[in-house]
Amino acid sequence: MTGTSVLAIKYKDGIMMAGDTLSSYGSLARFRDTRRIVQAGDYTVVGATGEVSDYQHIKHLLEEVLIEEYYTEDGHKLGPRNIFEYLSRVMYNRRSNFNPLWNYLVVAGFKEGDKFLGYVDLRGTTYQASTIATGYGSMIAQPLLRKAVEGRENEVTEEEALKLLEDSMRILWYRDARAWDKIQVAKVTSEGVTISEPYKLTTDWTVGEYVKGYGA
Amino acid sequence: MAPIAFGSDYPVHGYVTEHAFSPYTDNGGTTVAIAGEDFCVVAADTRQSEGYSINSRYSPKAFKLTDKAVLATSGFFADGATLVKRLGQRIEWYAHRHEKVMPTSAIAQMLSITLYGKRFFPYYVFNILGGVDEEGKGAVYSFDPVGSFEREACRAGGSAASLIQPFLDNQINFRNIAGATPRPLPLEEVLKLVKDAFTSAAERDIYTGDMVEIWIIRKDGVERTQYPLKLD
Repeated sequence: MTGTSVLAIKYKDGIMMAGDTLSSYGSLARFRDTRRIVQAGDYTVVGATGEVSDYQHIKHLLEEVLIEEYYTEDGHKLGPRNIFEYLSRVMYNRRSNFNPLWNYLVVAGFKEGDKFLGYVDLRGTTYQASTIATGYGSMIAQPLLRKAVEGRENEVTEEEALKLLEDSMRILWYRDARAWDKIQVAKVTSEGVTISEPYKLTTDWTVGEYVKGYGA
Repeated sequence: MAPIAFGSDYPVHGYVTEHAFSPYTDNGGTTVAIAGEDFCVVAADTRQSEGYSINSRYSPKAFKLTDKAVLATSGFFADGATLVKRLGQRIEWYAHRHEKVMPTSAIAQMLSITLYGKRFFPYYVFNILGGVDEEGKGAVYSFDPVGSFEREACRAGGSAASLIQPFLDNQINFRNIAGATPRPLPLEEVLKLVKDAFTSAAERDIYTGDMVEIWIIRKDGVERTQYPLKLD
């Protein structure tokens, strides 16, 4: 079962991430209420593209790590950079044993004034940037995200960031055959983590009237 | 019918194609290191690519190992990053055990051994180690993915290596110049050559661009500067 694009950007108050709620089974839109963005500790969210069962395993690993942090009681809390490093090592080690977790992960968070946005994939390849997009998002949405955010990550307002992500997810719904119009948007700022309940995107198909044979 | 194509990008008609998970990918990018009389320059572009996509415009691939050595990596980024991590751990242990900073020549030997240790599942990384030797003279060591290495005056690695190396052979080692009078080059001239090498490479190699990070290593420390490259 697979999940499609995840998008994330840095903005003025922190970071924002969006993903739809579809689990596809090839061309079958199997589960239409999947949560592909999850909280990992007080400061971080993790979103995944790719194999949903492998992502569920990753969620389980993260839970184990956070339980250990909780009972250790050493006064430290795991931040986005710690979660990212942990996942990077897990993904790389699985690939090195020819048994990959077939996911493209986006790790995003905000802790003590430090905004973090990173990517790890099934081979352990990592990078950090002010905009990240996986799957079809890397082809269709990334140019839009870069144009709007690159160089002004401390000026982009919350309204602007949300509009940018929604517009991008809408375009993906129009163009990605494995996308869905119900999305979740996660936000991490100095006030903590919020992940919205899934909601439907507004769409406008009137362009179809101009296309010969559309909807015929 | 025996498979004749493994994970081919296009349909191979009339034959069976077999797909397998490849643990490697090419993240592109170019590296250069030039040894001077009492300095060493190590440069690497910061673009990370995958296929026709740019993953990041700023993902550094040259890493400071000690105050006297910088390692530039190119090829598969995950292997490069892991290799630097492992080396860094062993360099720290060396410092604790021997109560001194690991010399560049020793790092070179250790890197070779580390790479050969995975001879049958290699680190897909083309390494260039640049720094100063124990006499304070500039040193460049270049490696293949399984640890074969050699000390040289200069080396270009990565996706635009074939574009830059001949330029370096001509301008640094004065090769193929009639009546050439080889002379040691001062730092300012070497830096100009490095910048020109990268801007030219960025014109023709799609994987090279965005920015180049230039490290200057001298006996009393390491300095880092950045120089912009075309974004296309």
